[in-house]
Amino acid sequence: MAALEQLLRLVLSEAFLFYVFSGLAVASALGVVLQSNPVHSAFSLIVTFCSLSAIYGLLGAPFIAVLQIIVYAGAIMVLFLFVLMLLNVKREAPRAGRALAAAALLLGLLFAVQVGTTLSGPGLTPAAGYDASTQAFARQLFSPRFVYVFEATSILILAALVGAVVVAKKEP
Amino acid sequence: MTIPLEHALLLSTALFAIGVVGVFLRRNVITVFMCIELMLNAVNLAFVGFSRATGNLDGQILVFFVMTVAAAEAAVGLAIVIALRRQKDTLDLDAFSSLRW
Amino acid sequence: MSFENLVQNPVLVLPWIVLLLPLLGFVVLCLFGDGIKRDKEENGAGILATALVLVSFALSVVVFRGLQAVQPLDGLRFVQPYLGFEWIDVASFRISMSLLVDPLSALMTLVVTGVGGLIHVYSLGYMAHDEERVRYFSYLNLFTFFMLLLVLGGNLALMFVGWEGVGLCSYLLIGFWFKKKSASDAGNKAFIVNRIGDVGLILAMALAFQTFGTLDSFELVENAKNLAYEPIAQAGVVTAICLLLFLGACGKSAQVPLHVWLPDAMEGPTPVSALIHAATMVTAGVYLVARLAPLFRLSEGAMLAVAWVGGITALVAASIALVQTDIKRVLAYSTVSQLGYMFLACGIGAFGIGVFHVFTHAFFKALLFLGSGSVIHALSGQQDMRVMGGLRTRIPVTFWTFVVGTAAIAGIPWLAGYFSKDEILLNALVRERLPLFWLGLFTALLTAFYMSRLLFMTFFGSFRGDQEAEAHLHESPWSMLAPLVILAAACFYVGQLPVNAFLAPALRSPDELELASPWWFHQVVIGVAVAGILGAFLIYVVYSGLSSRIYSALRPLNRVLESKYGFDLVYDGFASGVVVEGSRRVLWQRVDIAAIDAAVDGVGRLVDGVARATRVLQTGLVRAYALVILGGTVALLGYLLWSPR
Repeated sequence: MAALEQLLRLVLSEAFLFYVFSGLAVASALGVVLQSNPVHSAFSLIVTFCSLSAIYGLLGAPFIAVLQIIVYAGAIMVLFLFVLMLLNVKREAPRAGRALAAAALLLGLLFAVQVGTTLSGPGLTPAAGYDASTQAFARQLFSPRFVYVFEATSILILAALVGAVVVAKKEP
Repeated sequence: MTIPLEHALLLSTALFAIGVVGVFLRRNVITVFMCIELMLNAVNLAFVGFSRATGNLDGQILVFFVMTVAAAEAAVGLAIVIALRRQKDTLDLDAFSSLRW
Repeated sequence: MSFENLVQNPVLVLPWIVLLLPLLGFVVLCLFGDGIKRDKEENGAGILATALVLVSFALSVVVFRGLQAVQPLDGLRFVQPYLGFEWIDVASFRISMSLLVDPLSALMTLVVTGVGGLIHVYSLGYMAHDEERVRYFSYLNLFTFFMLLLVLGGNLALMFVGWEGVGLCSYLLIGFWFKKKSASDAGNKAFIVNRIGDVGLILAMALAFQTFGTLDSFELVENAKNLAYEPIAQAGVVTAICLLLFLGACGKSAQVPLHVWLPDAMEGPTPVSALIHAATMVTAGVYLVARLAPLFRLSEGAMLAVAWVGGITALVAASIALVQTDIKRVLAYSTVSQLGYMFLACGIGAFGIGVFHVFTHAFFKALLFLGSGSVIHALSGQQDMRVMGGLRTRIPVTFWTFVVGTAAIAGIPWLAGYFSKDEILLNALVRERLPLFWLGLFTALLTAFYMSRLLFMTFFGSFRGDQEAEAHLHESPWSMLAPLVILAAACFYVGQLPVNAFLAPALRSPDELELASPWWFHQVVIGVAVAGILGAFLIYVVYSGLSSRIYSALRPLNRVLESKYGFDLVYDGFASGVVVEGSRRVLWQRVDIAAIDAAVDGVGRLVDGVARATRVLQTGLVRAYALVILGGTVALLGYLLWSPR
């Protein structure tokens, strides 16, 4: 009984769940890159988004977690799939030349190392009294600091809307 | 047991690197777009991690805006993809090389 | 001195008027000249030009008189009329618009306006039928203005303006009949050879300014005078300045080796030859040397150079004159020779005597040239003495005035040349410059000989021309004869004027004007002159076949003399060989085409090559670009993170 409780405690702990979901995220990200069928890549990306959402939740950002599902997985990926279906995209031809692949891999690795080096340092301990609820989020968002930017994004979305319509329109 | 910041950042780095490599390795335009979205998400993760570490909500608000921009960008980008497909009837990135010398 | 002073004291304003009247004539003739000449016969332009110069002459006589009334300073009477403003006023470099009127410049002014006025009168007759006589008179007036500026200018800069100006007018007037190629070539030659001398003058001016800090003539002379009493630390500089000045003088006054332009300059109208190349412009060099006499006295080396160049020129030119057949060329070489005498005199320290010879030479040389012009006019343009002869009965006035001129230059007593030339030889003897004395004496013999030769060949014997020319023989009009008579009369008178004493203060000459002559001196000199005349008489009049026999006997010598000692050949060889060919082969082909063009084209080709090499990056492939971006980012981050600090 105590062992089971211990196990459950372990399984449901923050850290453990975090590692599980991060593993899932990495795996599905690799799936995005390595799969030949674009539709399969899209599905892998959805899995990545969902695991990321879980991680946000674990990190104490519930609003962002929900937003991730609604916006990314729910809107953007739907859009992607829509276009994929519309254009009837088939399986992709064999990938790029060896030289390019090798160069890309090498540079990517190097880049990762560099970014990692940059980001590692003495870690900050999470502050106590960290209120990330939706109300607190809203209070910050609509504060004079961010409200103008917020309104500006609405214009951005309008511009994107108009632009998309114009670009994709068929010439009469 | 709290999640140390470094681990979140490490995950963010890994996802970002995978996205970068993906941009080069894939020939389909839409797949390249998806890899770009992956990179954006990796950045979001880093922001949230830092927000948690400093106790400041600014990081999360930035994530909010990043998501908005990503959505707009995806919309316009896919519209362009449709236009390109109409031009050349292919989605191979290497086919669009008319800006050669 | 301000503008108000100018108005109050007439001596101060008159020199400016004397100077500017001929300029006014030039401007008026340029603008309205063609209107003044209404029909072919009328000579309004010429009359205006002549009148202005004669008025200038009258005013310069007044100035001369006015100068006598000025209070002397250290024994020197002078005024410096100042217009009230500077030409250039930059830092320490000031050129004032001021003139210097002292005995030297007053004398020269009288000569320029007086003899110049007579030549203007003569030109009224000589150029009466020329289509372009308006242009001619405008140039003559312009020349007069520049020559006056040269002699009256208060500083070397204004003098240089006049110097260059007379050079320009010389070019314009020599090449007056520019449609004739030999005339325009001669004009070019004169200007170019002058220019070579001018380099020396410009350098001298620069050096003088650097050494003395001023270009004002009066101040330069004062500075030089003061330097005489101090150990001269800058002796080298003074010699350099003097030699460079003399180089300029050689160019303008046709000394060896820059004498080659003067004989060719006879292509111009004869009055021009008389004015510019006998009486005034060529004497500018002597004027320059005399004006800065105290400076020259400081440098023994320069004086030596001046004396010997003068002496050698005198001899060389006289020898070439022996074999000339064109009447004007004989006179041209004679002018070169007499100029040599003037420089010889200056070089041995007798600056006043040199200027005295300028003065007398102006009269008798102008007379000789105008006389030759009269002969040419009588023969309707013929200048070759070999087809002349026996003219003394046909054109008597011309003949007798010419006799006076010949006697003057040969050194017959009581005539002009006797006094000045004698003084030069006497100075050479007494100052113990014996080689120069013998040189001068021998040249005097030659001078008497070739001038008499000219006289006898032209006026004696029987006429050697053709029938048609003989029929047209006529005496010249009075506008041409009157100046001849006046000049002939002057030849009797001017030799006796005490010019040397008059000029002594201006030239800062030390007091040793009276020289004792040895008992035999005058006899020897006169004897030499008579021997020359007699020799010519025998060869050309009495035994007429003798000349051709002597000529064939002395063939090689004749060839040397006739080729003018090869100066023209050397210059031509240098010009066409070195300059032209060198420019073509080296400067054009090697430097310009191969080097400079190649460099410029090479830059273009380099850019093209680099562009060709680098444009391979423009593949048009998005992924390649993205890879490059990534590569760049990695490199940058690598540098920032891992570079050794």
